[in-house]
Amino acid sequence: MIELNAQTIAFAVLSALVLGGALGVVTTRNLVHGALWLVLSLLGVAGYFVLLSAPFLAAVQVLVYIGAIAILIVFAVMLTRSMTSLGEVRNRQWWLSAITVILLFLLLAAGIILPVWGRGAPGEVTTLSATVGGAAELGAALVAGDGFVLPFEVASILLTAAMIGAIVVARDEEDEQA
Amino acid sequence: MIPLWMYLLVAALLFCIGIYGVLARRNAVAILMSVELMLNAVNINLVAFWRYLAPQDMSGQAFAAFVFVIAAAEAAVGLAILLFVYRTKRSVIVEDVNLLRW
Amino acid sequence: MQINLGDPNILPWLIPAGPLLAFFLIMLISNRARMLPATDHAYGGHHPDYEGMEVLVVRGWSRVLSVVIGMAGVLLALVISLHVVSLGWGYGHYFGEEAFASSTAWLDTGLTTFDMGVLVDPLTVIMLFMVPIAVLGIFIYSIGYMAHDPRQSRFFALISLFAGAMLTLVVADNLLLLFVGWEVMGLCSYLLIGFWFEKESASAAAVKAFTTTRVADVIMLLGIVYLYLETGTLSFREILYNPAVLQELATTPAIILGGSAAALISVFLIAGTIGKSAQFPLHAWLPDAMEGPTPVSAMIHAAAMVSAGIYAIIRLFPLFVAGADPHHGLFNGPLLLMALVGAGTALFAATIALAQNDVKRVLAYSTISQLGFMMAALGIGAWVAAAFHLITHAFFKALLFMASGSVIHGMEHGEHHVHDHASHDDHDASDDHHGHDDDQHESFDPQDMMNMGGLQQRMPVTFITFLIGGFSLAGFPLLTAGFWSKDEILADAWLGVTHGYLPHALVFILLALAAFLTAFYTMRQLGLTFRGEPRTEAARHAGLGRGVVSVTMTLPLLGLAIFAIVAGFIGVPEDFPLFGALFSPEAVGGNRFHHFVIEALPHNSATEFFAAVPDMQVSAPPFNLAPVATSFIVALGGLYLGHRMYWRRPLRAGEADPLVKVLGAEVHETLRRKYYLDELYERVFVRPSFWFAHRAVDEFLDRGLIDGVLHLVGRVFTWIGDLLKVLNAWLIDGVGDGIPEGIVALGLRLRHLQTGRVQQYLLYIAIAAILIGIVFAASAGAMVTAG
Repeated sequence: MIELNAQTIAFAVLSALVLGGALGVVTTRNLVHGALWLVLSLLGVAGYFVLLSAPFLAAVQVLVYIGAIAILIVFAVMLTRSMTSLGEVRNRQWWLSAITVILLFLLLAAGIILPVWGRGAPGEVTTLSATVGGAAELGAALVAGDGFVLPFEVASILLTAAMIGAIVVARDEEDEQA
Repeated sequence: MIPLWMYLLVAALLFCIGIYGVLARRNAVAILMSVELMLNAVNINLVAFWRYLAPQDMSGQAFAAFVFVIAAAEAAVGLAILLFVYRTKRSVIVEDVNLLRW
Repeated sequence: MQINLGDPNILPWLIPAGPLLAFFLIMLISNRARMLPATDHAYGGHHPDYEGMEVLVVRGWSRVLSVVIGMAGVLLALVISLHVVSLGWGYGHYFGEEAFASSTAWLDTGLTTFDMGVLVDPLTVIMLFMVPIAVLGIFIYSIGYMAHDPRQSRFFALISLFAGAMLTLVVADNLLLLFVGWEVMGLCSYLLIGFWFEKESASAAAVKAFTTTRVADVIMLLGIVYLYLETGTLSFREILYNPAVLQELATTPAIILGGSAAALISVFLIAGTIGKSAQFPLHAWLPDAMEGPTPVSAMIHAAAMVSAGIYAIIRLFPLFVAGADPHHGLFNGPLLLMALVGAGTALFAATIALAQNDVKRVLAYSTISQLGFMMAALGIGAWVAAAFHLITHAFFKALLFMASGSVIHGMEHGEHHVHDHASHDDHDASDDHHGHDDDQHESFDPQDMMNMGGLQQRMPVTFITFLIGGFSLAGFPLLTAGFWSKDEILADAWLGVTHGYLPHALVFILLALAAFLTAFYTMRQLGLTFRGEPRTEAARHAGLGRGVVSVTMTLPLLGLAIFAIVAGFIGVPEDFPLFGALFSPEAVGGNRFHHFVIEALPHNSATEFFAAVPDMQVSAPPFNLAPVATSFIVALGGLYLGHRMYWRRPLRAGEADPLVKVLGAEVHETLRRKYYLDELYERVFVRPSFWFAHRAVDEFLDRGLIDGVLHLVGRVFTWIGDLLKVLNAWLIDGVGDGIPEGIVALGLRLRHLQTGRVQQYLLYIAIAAILIGIVFAASAGAMVTAG
């Protein structure tokens, strides 16, 4: 059984953050609040990363998600005046969606807990390895010839393309002409 | 020590909440945020698996990093499209954007 | 295999090639025509207008090209033939045994192969001499005679095929190839007799010729099949030079009618010849064949068709004689049949010829009569004499036909001339083929001798050549070819008479009578045609005109006139007083024709113990005054009588034929109506055939039975069709239409799924993913539980 120590307490708190934030995101009427809930949830995930000995990813999570994406979303909310048309939060199929999602979760939970998809069932005793790859190894792997250099470069192109695309799509042509 | 399945269960729950948000919210910005939740659920999975099953191999972390990239790109493009749609339709309610129908 | 065309064994293959090639070239390439209204002008004045009909009129260049090709073909054949003839003639006595021959395997019949090949022996040589020369004359003549015909190209093609078939027949080394040539000639005769098929009489004559000869040919084919069945070969040499085969044939009993197999086969083959060479009772087609253009008549009567029948018999003579020996009074069925049919036909046809007024019909019956001479000669074993008469007859009969054609042409010419004068005052001499008024044109018969008279002055060349031909036919003593050949037949017959053989005597008497009548009707024809005053206006203006037409129609007459005289001198008996020494001196070995041709058939003295196979190489009959005197008397007597009745006091216009008074109207009418044989055939064969065709075949079989069955089948199938139609409308259409309709309906329903709402789509995707996940989970769980 799970013993009560600092890790488990942290895990419980972080889980509450993550799930609570997520629920806040999908339920709040006010989108700015929703964005703040999102930040909360993402912070929880960053905490997970720390807990899982991936501090670099945790840092990236804070920088990219919270620092960039969440802010971007806030901007979007403001730019699109989403706040002015706050009506129904949910659409008409929300109950069907809810049922579907619950079913999906049951399926996944069954997969996770029952040994349907192989090993890793709750009864197994797992010992965590003491040696863990850090940021240096990650960096080396990302640029290694036999590692992820090609996906890495493709990802760079993707980012560039996304940036250019975003600029092109979002540009106001009328403003340009004016 | 927290077992792996707990992370997975939390990630699954997060993922399902994200899906619910995508399926049920009317506001496009909220849908985008829900997508971010789903991506984060994936990332939790990736990192948890990495940590528990192959901590020396950096694939798990690398993929998580790529997911960040994808998420950033998705957010950028998605929000740009959102702006564009808003400019043409003066609305970010996805139900109003139903040109692709019979 | 190296083929050396200089080899005389190979060369005969090429003899028929020229005309056959010409046929294909003309038919396939150079015969080009355009459709024009069938007016008198399009027909070159040979026909009346046919209202509302169009006729293919050959183009000018095509006409010229076709003539050139046809002439080239026949000239090629002539050159090769004469080359082969000269080679063969040079061999002399040895040529009989060492004939030019080559053959190739044609049909593998399992255990044996059927060889096709060519054979040139002395008999072939004389045919190869006669046929191409006569054919060349006919071709040259046709250039002029058919010059205004709209189908001249076609004519040259067909006549080339005719010549090619005849040459094939001549050089054939087996009975089957001979039969092929024989049948192709039958086809050509049909096509050419009916060449002016617009005339009903012409097409009827063509059908008559074809069906009559067909009857005979089928019987002949039976003979060929029977022969093949008995011997396993049809090669001339293998049968005729093989005494064992002949002996066996002569002793094997026939399947029907008793007698020997040889006799039955012979009778079958003779039946074929009776049809082809127009002997009684299958002679009726030949006079009607006059409906064809005159060169065709010459071709059929002289060069090709009827000669082929006699040639075939001579060729197969040892088979006919098997089991008999006419030279020693031993006859068998086939020989007696030939002797009786031949002699009877000779006299019978001669009597009919007496009373005919159509210039070509007289000649037609004379042909039948002369062919009867040959048959009779064969019947008494005088096959060399028959061959001799075959050659001389071909020359003078070709000459006579072409001369009569000139007369007819001249008469038509005169008729147009008269007619143009009557209708156009401003007559143009070059415009004399433009007749437009049809009344006189149709009623006028340019072939009727009663319309002629006085042509001697108007067509002198035609007159002289006709005279030569006629005298040759009549057997004018000493000078003409006809005399020598006819005399040899009579001499052969007399030789038998001196031994006291009855058939010989019968033949002798009948032939002498026929020869007398021949001389008489020849003189009658000459007198009626050429002497006295013209009996019609047309005859008064008759003439060949000037130009190519006249030249091409005159030239062959002159050439053949020479042959009609000199061809006889080659076969003068060596012991004939004066002439024998002159033309058949000992230095050249006596009677050259006899000594050359006799080698064609085997000399069986070494195998005399085969009683069934007599020696075919009999020496010529010794000189005897009796037959020669008979020849003199009948020829001169007939000519004198004709001279008295028709020449010295020519018939005037409107006068009746003096023969009517002499014979009595009844007899004359009987003769004129050809013993009512056509009427008899009409009653006995044609009408019953029509009746049978109409009642039994048309009404009962065709309309009743076959149509009944067909209608029944039709009804049944209509019913089935209706059933299927209903089924089709209900089932097939139902399914066929239902599927697309269902798809449309489904689409109409399904399109509501496409709402344009992305979230809805995503929901579906999620549900689907769950379902798939459940399936996976279930299957994986099953696997875990199982293993």
